[in-house]
Amino acid sequence: MTEIALALTDQASTARRARNQRLQDAVFRNATLAFALLVLLILGGVTVSLIDGALPALRTFGFGFVTAEVWNPVSENFGALAPIYGTLVTSIIAMAVGIPVSFGIALFITEMCPAWLKRPLGVAIELLAGIPSIIYGIWGLFVFAPFMQSTIQPFLIATLGQIPGIGNLFMGPPYGIGVLTAGLILGIMVLPFITSITRDVFETVPPMVRESAYGLGATTWEVVWNVVLPYTRTGVVGGVMLGLGRALGETMAVTFVIGNAHRISSSIMAPGTTISASIANEFTEAVGDVYTSSLVALGLILFVITFAVLSIAKLMLLRLQRKAGV
Amino acid sequence: MSISNSATLSMPVGGLYHRRRIVNKVALSLALGAAGFGLFWLVAILWTLLYNGLSAINLPLFTENTPPPGGEGGLLNAIFGSVIMTTVATLVGTPIGIMAGTYLAEFGRNGKLAEVVRFINDVLLSAPSIMIGLFVYELMVVRMGHFSAWAGAIALAVIVIPVVVRTTEDMLKLVPNSLREAAAALGAPQWKMITMVAYRAARNGMITGVLLAIARISGETAPLLFTALNNQFWSADMNAPMANLPVVIFQYAMSPYEDWRQLAWGGALLITVTILLLNIGARLLAGLGTTRK
Repeated sequence: MTEIALALTDQASTARRARNQRLQDAVFRNATLAFALLVLLILGGVTVSLIDGALPALRTFGFGFVTAEVWNPVSENFGALAPIYGTLVTSIIAMAVGIPVSFGIALFITEMCPAWLKRPLGVAIELLAGIPSIIYGIWGLFVFAPFMQSTIQPFLIATLGQIPGIGNLFMGPPYGIGVLTAGLILGIMVLPFITSITRDVFETVPPMVRESAYGLGATTWEVVWNVVLPYTRTGVVGGVMLGLGRALGETMAVTFVIGNAHRISSSIMAPGTTISASIANEFTEAVGDVYTSSLVALGLILFVITFAVLSIAKLMLLRLQRKAGV
Repeated sequence: MSISNSATLSMPVGGLYHRRRIVNKVALSLALGAAGFGLFWLVAILWTLLYNGLSAINLPLFTENTPPPGGEGGLLNAIFGSVIMTTVATLVGTPIGIMAGTYLAEFGRNGKLAEVVRFINDVLLSAPSIMIGLFVYELMVVRMGHFSAWAGAIALAVIVIPVVVRTTEDMLKLVPNSLREAAAALGAPQWKMITMVAYRAARNGMITGVLLAIARISGETAPLLFTALNNQFWSADMNAPMANLPVVIFQYAMSPYEDWRQLAWGGALLITVTILLLNIGARLLAGLGTTRK
């Protein structure tokens, strides 16, 4: 009799505990879901707040904001063309330096260097990727810009600057600071990023594929160019796009050496500005709604550009992952 | 037969082989040159930093506050501010990141929502940090009416979240399913299985993620420029502007005063060493995790 009662209460308590656990599970599950949604909310918040902050400027200037070169805080007349131009040109220079050099380093690490050096070198590259951009910035200001001014720029003016046509790109006095200097520093800064991704995707190539090519008598270069690179193409492009995303949005490495001049010069050695450098330099000093709002509008443009570039990068890397997974 | 064969073949093949070898040599030398060129600049930066930074490191750097132009001083208030804001940001961002990462790895898996969150998270992971600064400026500074350390900490927390989400998910995915099944077979509810079995198995990796996140935010300047701003004096008030290393470095390096520039180099070295140590620590910890398995 008592045994049955005990068993009954036991059953009841088990059922209660099961119910409790189901409840706890539901709470935990929904809590994690809520925080996952928070990630979406952050991006939504960034979008909304940038659009909201940019509205006054966009209302005042309309679409002309994107096409006007003027930047006059006194008459409160603003246009984004010069920063957009500077952002694009510095990033192009950075990629022109960064892509071949990081490809070379990745090739060296995966195919050429002795086995004992492989890991330390790979680790060193990844550690370098962690160095904050402000370090590149002050190095650029105190070491690289003076070096550019005293050595590289006079040389460029004397040689490339004399050629009709492209000579226009290398004209004017050697200031040291300017678009070219900023682009080169960005190029050095994106090296570790692009290199470590390129190295990673190079290593996704199955040894069998690589060895088959070697077995057929291919040279190292032929293996890399005709086997490894086609196999990892989407991944390499994805890595390059990630580096480009960094370069486009980079603030501190550029702000120090760009010169913050809101104009478009034909020479890449002249001072200029980028979107992020303008914001960093002027935001806390901006007086008046239109000025502040114009800077936020610059941020919005940067957001649109980088979002597009990063999305493409991500999609390409995903595609490579799927291929590797198959 | 064999003689004539080799005679007809060896001539063109020999020439081709020669050419291929030359192409190979040229290409590899270029790669070697590129590697040397790239590494040279990276080493040059570190060397300059060490050279200029070491001469600026002394005791007053750690015991005195930031000086007025031309005065003597240190970086005490900036170091303090950086530590406080980094700590708060980590404390706020880590739980959020772990929870969201848990959803991706344990519940969402391959669902549509998880795919979207993962994608957005990866975009946030490499989004320009200055945009995060603008976001928090609009979100907090405009509403509160003044710059504050809270705003700075929140901006940094927003940067912590995607890093932690990513590593948490990756590490939880490495936990073998048999562990989860064993816990489930013992009658553990899902939340216990995740917190007591999966988290424990993935612990080292998850801590690695947090360390990497701390390393990432300790050098971030752009998001602090218009959230925490800067403060020349000692301040422990989270509701007021607070000094922090990156912004002090930015201001001092851009200044014309030699003393300030010295301090900027000292601060830069301090930040870099901290970040390198954090990264190396994270790496060692991750290594521990893999060797034990």
